[in-house]
Amino acid sequence: MSFLNLHMYTLAAPLVGAMLLFAVGRFGRRLVTPLVFAALSLSLAASVLVFLEVLTAGPFSYTVGNWEAPYGIELVVDHLGSLMNLLIASVALTACVSSLRRSSAELPERRHQFFTLYLILIAGLHGLALTGDAFNLYVLLEITSITTYGLIALGKGRAPLSSFNYIVMGSIGACFYLLGIGYLYILTGTLNMADLHRIIPLLDGRGAALATAFAFLMVGLWIKMAFFPLHVWLPNAYTDMPDGAAVLIAPLMTKVTVFLMIRVMFSIFSPVYEFIQHVAVQQIIVGVAAVGIVCASAMALGQKDLRRMLTYIIISEVGYMVGGLWLANAKGMTGAILHIVNDALMTLCLFLAAAAIAHRTGALGFERLGGLYRRMPLTMAAFTVGALSMIGVPPTCGFFSKWYLLLGGIEAGQWLYVGALLFSSLVNAVLFFRIIEIAYFRTPAEDGPVHEPGKGPRREAPQALLQPLVVTAAALIGVGLATGPLVERVIRFALPVGY
Amino acid sequence: MEAILSEIIAKYNYWIYVVLMMIGFYAMIGKSNLVKKLIGMNIFQTAIILMFISAGVKKGGGIPILDKQAVLERGVEAASIVNPLPHVLMLTAIVVSVSVTGVALAILQRIHGLYGSLEEDEILEKIDR
Amino acid sequence: MKEHYTLPQDRPIGPSLIIELSCRIMIPFIQLFALYVIAHGHYSPGGGFQGGVLLGAAYILMAIAFDQKTSMRFFPLRVNTALAGTGVLIYTGTGIACALLGGLFLDYSALAPLIPLGPVEWRSMGIFIVEVGVGLAVMSIMVSLFWDLASGGKLDRGL
Repeated sequence: MSFLNLHMYTLAAPLVGAMLLFAVGRFGRRLVTPLVFAALSLSLAASVLVFLEVLTAGPFSYTVGNWEAPYGIELVVDHLGSLMNLLIASVALTACVSSLRRSSAELPERRHQFFTLYLILIAGLHGLALTGDAFNLYVLLEITSITTYGLIALGKGRAPLSSFNYIVMGSIGACFYLLGIGYLYILTGTLNMADLHRIIPLLDGRGAALATAFAFLMVGLWIKMAFFPLHVWLPNAYTDMPDGAAVLIAPLMTKVTVFLMIRVMFSIFSPVYEFIQHVAVQQIIVGVAAVGIVCASAMALGQKDLRRMLTYIIISEVGYMVGGLWLANAKGMTGAILHIVNDALMTLCLFLAAAAIAHRTGALGFERLGGLYRRMPLTMAAFTVGALSMIGVPPTCGFFSKWYLLLGGIEAGQWLYVGALLFSSLVNAVLFFRIIEIAYFRTPAEDGPVHEPGKGPRREAPQALLQPLVVTAAALIGVGLATGPLVERVIRFALPVGY
Repeated sequence: MEAILSEIIAKYNYWIYVVLMMIGFYAMIGKSNLVKKLIGMNIFQTAIILMFISAGVKKGGGIPILDKQAVLERGVEAASIVNPLPHVLMLTAIVVSVSVTGVALAILQRIHGLYGSLEEDEILEKIDR
Repeated sequence: MKEHYTLPQDRPIGPSLIIELSCRIMIPFIQLFALYVIAHGHYSPGGGFQGGVLLGAAYILMAIAFDQKTSMRFFPLRVNTALAGTGVLIYTGTGIACALLGGLFLDYSALAPLIPLGPVEWRSMGIFIVEVGVGLAVMSIMVSLFWDLASGGKLDRGL
């Protein structure tokens, strides 16, 4: 195995795993667990090695099939890409432990199909982290989206309708992105990101067409990442999907799309184009992000279901990241990139906790959460760590990225954005302390299916659901403490040139 | 008036794609029947495919298959062949659109099985009840 | 799930001799043409996707003209699933084989040590292998899409 192709194995391992799983089909149910584990472990090992390689030797590019770069498809393995790759692989491996257990309770008949989609989704996400080609990005984006549609539709109740609405919105987003690529291709005659980056500043007198292309690309990605006014599909879709899928999709999909926005902003276009030539647009977007954070937080206050509340928090976190990136200073961008990592881990922690709670209580309405601290102390301890990180309490990692974002906002003089961040932290505190209060002080609901007197008061979730949760909670603190080296050694190199 | 008309006629392919796209977009947003939304989505995607393909057309351009002997003698005459890259890209986009349509149709069948209707307002009424 | 598909219990039109006979004659030729399109994809118009769609169309025609059961007898579901997976595995496997033999991913010239053909010929051959994989996968997916959608996911009678 040569080192040259190492990053391809991060992508190929889940893909081959998925296809083996699909081909073996329902005749090899016992194979599901080992296959998924093997594929994802291999992928994680490869991405760790690639990450270390990039840290020591610097970024490198790779041509698929050895066709030269502007004509062939190029993969770019830089600091940001390898960081995302590592994040995706580790979140996927952690989430799959919980998914494997939870899916055997939720979808016992369709496990192999579920995990086929699951692995293809992970392969697509790895591809997104690596690709250096604008059209390839569209295809991989659709691969991840189509698998997500399928996974969401496997849920109970209203899930098919939510999934269909997501399909309509997601397709609009993807088509807008494709249109943007079309304009860029007509203008420049190339699809390679580095080539586009080189040619775009030379296009004089094509400002209107270029701006149209940029607007289409941005709006397309914003629909996919559920940026505030375009978020309507997300809460239903993310609430209704099966728990096993939610622990993977919720942490990764929106964050990876934010990463794609970074790619479009800084690898295809340049900071000069966005922040110097179009200052008004920058101001507007930061403003919209601030409004989005406030609105999503306010809507989260009105929810009576844990999962649904978390989905609104996801929307407000997207506002954090988009706003932070458009602050146009190094602190804001550092905070946004750091927040991609942190928010993925925080969301993973909270959704894992939600899956563990749902496994015992059956539903996640607030009335079901009474007395959980006595019944599931470890689960709730981990949940509390995740909640504190969402609120932004040191030393959990949520604090540090929020700190960078706040500093960036102050430096840019965007007081609306700073105010929105503080408001959202406050709302998060209210939200989570409300849940903690219910779970700590109230007695369990009488009609709940949980209340089986013979089993004793303490019923922790099964080990398979608990272990990833505890690991993630520890990682929240670990990543928080490692923020310094992370920023110094990785994210500093991920910022665009000149910042 | 004449200037506007000649502008429209000179780039009629783009106007057609814009009109088609708006029809599809209207169907996706404005219609309450889910199948009509899906049809709108297909029209939308087709409009984009048309735009890409028309961007690759050259006046008098032939199919982009080169004769080895002719290329060795005279080199490639780029003006005499249409640009093949948009076709290749759109082949991929068609595959994506087929997959999305397949998934969406399967989901629509499930929705119909669950609620007995494909009108969005009727389904929402049934969910609320 | 409630039954809402009211498929006609007995078909309004009985088996039509003309349709069935013409399909019997056409299907082998469609398949032959599909194989031609797949086999020529690497140096002329055609390729795995187009050929795969044609191959799939042959089975879909069978399902329309006769009955879905007939088409599923000629192309069992198990074979379909296996072929779809195998098709993608051929593609990815070729890529990984190239990588394992020391080249870049999907760099077919790295396959040269397997059969001494020379890098240029292997590039052509590699595309052919990949096209075959794509063709198999596309055929199976197209057919199973039609089966699933036509029978409401129950894979029984079809339209």
